[in-house]
Amino acid sequence: MTINVKLKIWRQKNAQTKGKFETYVMENINIHLSFLELLDELNEKLIKNDEIPISFSHDCREGICGTCGLFINGRAHGHLRGVTTCQLHMQMFKDGETIVIEPWRARAFPVIKDLVVDRSALDKIIQAGGYMSANVGGAADADAIFITKGIADNAFAAAKCIGCGACVATCKNASAMLFTAAKVSHLAILPQGQCERMRRVRKMVDEMDRNSFGNCTNTYACEMDCPKNISIAHIARMNREYLRSVLT
Amino acid sequence: MKLDSKIPKGNLSEKWDNRKFEMRLVNPANKRKFDIIVVGTGLAGSSAAASLAELGYNVKSFCFQDSARRAHSIAAQGGINAAKNYQNDGDSVFRLFYDTIKGGDYRAREANVYRLAQLSGGIIDQCVAQGVPFARDYGGLLDNRSFGGAQVSRTFYAQGETGQQLLLGAYAALSRQIHLGKIEYFPYHEMLELVLINGHAKGIVTRNLITGEIKTHAAHAVIIATGGYSNVFFLSSNAMGSNASAVWRAHKKGALFANPCFTQVHPTCIPQMGDHQAKLTLMSESLRNDGRIWVPKSKETAKKLREEKIKPADVPEDERDYYLERKYPSFGNLVPRDVASRAAKEMCDQGLGITKNGNGVYLDFEEAIGRLGIDVIKSRYGNLFHMYELLMGDNPYKTPMKIFPALHYTMGGLWVDYDLMTTIPGLFCLGEANFSDHGANRLGASALMQGLADGYFIIPSTIGNYLASLGFEKVNADHPNFEKEKQKVLKQIEKFMSINGKSTPDEIHRELGKIMWNHVGIARSENGLKEAIKQIQSLRKIFYKDLKVTGETNNLNETLEKAGRVADFLELAELMAMDALNRKESCGGHFRVESQSKEGEAARNDKMFTYVAAWEYAGENKKPKLHKEKLTYENVTMTTRSYK
Ligand SMILES: Cc1cc2nc3c(=O)[nH]c(=O)nc-3n(C[C@H](O)[C@H](O)[C@H](O)COP(=O)(O)OP(=O)(O)OC[C@H]3O[C@@H](n4cnc5c(N)ncnc54)[C@H](O)[C@@H]3O)c2cc1C
Ligand code: FES
Repeated sequence: MTINVKLKIWRQKNAQTKGKFETYVMENINIHLSFLELLDELNEKLIKNDEIPISFSHDCREGICGTCGLFINGRAHGHLRGVTTCQLHMQMFKDGETIVIEPWRARAFPVIKDLVVDRSALDKIIQAGGYMSANVGGAADADAIFITKGIADNAFAAAKCIGCGACVATCKNASAMLFTAAKVSHLAILPQGQCERMRRVRKMVDEMDRNSFGNCTNTYACEMDCPKNISIAHIARMNREYLRSVLT
Repeated sequence: MKLDSKIPKGNLSEKWDNRKFEMRLVNPANKRKFDIIVVGTGLAGSSAAASLAELGYNVKSFCFQDSARRAHSIAAQGGINAAKNYQNDGDSVFRLFYDTIKGGDYRAREANVYRLAQLSGGIIDQCVAQGVPFARDYGGLLDNRSFGGAQVSRTFYAQGETGQQLLLGAYAALSRQIHLGKIEYFPYHEMLELVLINGHAKGIVTRNLITGEIKTHAAHAVIIATGGYSNVFFLSSNAMGSNASAVWRAHKKGALFANPCFTQVHPTCIPQMGDHQAKLTLMSESLRNDGRIWVPKSKETAKKLREEKIKPADVPEDERDYYLERKYPSFGNLVPRDVASRAAKEMCDQGLGITKNGNGVYLDFEEAIGRLGIDVIKSRYGNLFHMYELLMGDNPYKTPMKIFPALHYTMGGLWVDYDLMTTIPGLFCLGEANFSDHGANRLGASALMQGLADGYFIIPSTIGNYLASLGFEKVNADHPNFEKEKQKVLKQIEKFMSINGKSTPDEIHRELGKIMWNHVGIARSENGLKEAIKQIQSLRKIFYKDLKVTGETNNLNETLEKAGRVADFLELAELMAMDALNRKESCGGHFRVESQSKEGEAARNDKMFTYVAAWEYAGENKKPKLHKEKLTYENVTMTTRSYK
């Protein structure tokens, strides 16, 4: 089966130039194509027409690397819950539909080209403290500490964040609270994470504030558009952790 | 050139200790005088960069993604092996060693594999210390599962996202060292040349993928950890950006390439559904525990299924061929990856395939649902069924899945000695990019183990031995060789931009993939391989005559990046075919149709081929030179695999 769609895509040469929408009509699209394969197909056409193809980020195309990220019809990763852009397929779109495709928009994520943005601010938050300071060589036997299944599962639920930045893109304040909170939570829940718990949350939150992310006003949009369904309960935990660390 | 694998003396279990003791050390105060380049931030690269920085070396870390955390290792699902014997089921270092050697069909080095098994436990300890949330049981201890047909449960896992959690651990360690100023970090940088001075690796040339800037970087040693080359086949389970450029350009500078034809195909991937498909998605191997694989017995029925004139449910039981159960009654649907893949291809080659293009077989859960109930199946495979439905629009609870084998992993890679150094002094190679531990076939959950063993434990010891032989003078990039290599890169880019033909890099890559899949894929024959070599050569000519790249060189330009990668694939592909042609035996993932038993099973030829084939680059369009590293087995007896 095939469908026709109209794509309105944000084109921007680089950070210095202003961007605008361009319209592309795609006809007879096999519904088994993934959404990104549709863009591949369009790009092949553009190259053959001597035009510059559309830049968009992607790598694993399986929903795990967090590289892809498009704002589709006003939603980060599209309207479907719990999936990344690369997991969208054309059968999820209607024949004749107009699809509006924009980059992540946030002050902390400047556009590099077309749909590609610079997300290095997220790396900086991790660099500031998102780890256990455990050098290689001295680790005790992995089963020396008991960690109940509940704690391990909770830590995992926070740790599965793929760092795509959808939470920032979808938040009207462009806040990185969900991203930061997921990492703070993952490490604060585990017994191994206790030594640096106070320092870690302070350093990470301070770094977040330094990187032009906005504040959280509890709109819950981030949780809605998170492709890994990370819960905003982690934000509450981070706030508690932060308070504790500045008060003690 | 004489290959010296530097395997240490002594009993198998003492070799690594012996080697560590005889190696020279760099004193702690002197480590900061040495600079090391690490290309790649997958499990191997991140773990190496972090550990070396912890020791005090100055590290420069490169990857082509926008963040180190997005390296292809992130996609590994199933788990990581370690000989901890936590389950008390008889596992040991020797058993993991034995399984890996046997699984590799006796084409890996005993000493390397034993060391890997020895180090495996420490990897898990380190990862837990970093906060990797492995699955636990209710008592609070680590859980294990058995994986890839192993008879013991030694696989540690974090749901279906083990690679992600391990990589995030290594990435966190890397990030910490960036913060401490010990690692200079270069995301969005692609290595395009290796720089040698007096035959030693002393630096690299990179392209900044955002600005297009071509830059040289100097160091006392270079580590390549850039992953595997499955993407030679265009369609594979690897990430879109996975490429062979770093290893291939190092090869052209003198690093031998070992066993390039040893590739692994994974039997349960979602089949290709159209010509524009860009990659293949892996479905966990665990599905074969309950699913039954079949095709119709008659070609007419297959044709009707392909044309969707009938549904699989319309095919009566006695008109179905559960071919794995028929051919391998004792292992049935659980035969190893290579056997299952070959059988699927055979069926489809006979015209029995069931997808539109004829390349697909059924994986059917009807019997299992009847036996266990839908809830049990849901709890075991719910997320996989969901993923399948997202992709295919079919509900696997009601209608069988369609699956087909896909390229997944490459055992071959740069030849390295026991210290993981290539034949270029000062150039080391880690992870999937080297050839070291998996012989002709890799066991499930062993790639993650190898990458981390290389990075956390082996390279921190062995690189010191090399560095201790050098002086402390800073290496800087003003040696003329740097400028020479930089010019070479610039010239190549100019060439790609100026051809202005009609074929996009992807189009040519897709063609290459077809040649490779047809002739250098699951089954290989002398004629087919010769044909492949001819076709690859002529495709290479087309590439340089008809390539089209638009856009700018000083801006993000994915078409240009892709052109460079395809240029290298086009050369590596030929070497793979040549190696396959040379190896007139079937072993592991390499199946030569001329070398099979009476029952049609793979037949090894130990007398002729118990060696590592290491190829030396001889120049453009010249026949590469073969060097043989003989393999000896002192601790295991070579047996024949049988799954009947
Ligand atoms: C779908 C899938 C599932 C898998 N599941 C498992 C599993 O369950 N268990 C298991 O053990 N193994 C599994 N594997 C295999 C395993 O994931 C890989 O073999 C392993 O992760 C490779 O790690 P690496 O560090 O060697 O390379 P990679 O993770 O591939 O990293 C390569 C790095 O090199 C960089 N790079 C590449 N080229 C260049 C260049 N020219 N310049 C600069 N940087 C460059 C990249 O940016 C990246 O950082 C799986 C593989 C796939 C495809
Ligand atoms: S491309 Fe990796 S998550 Fe989409």
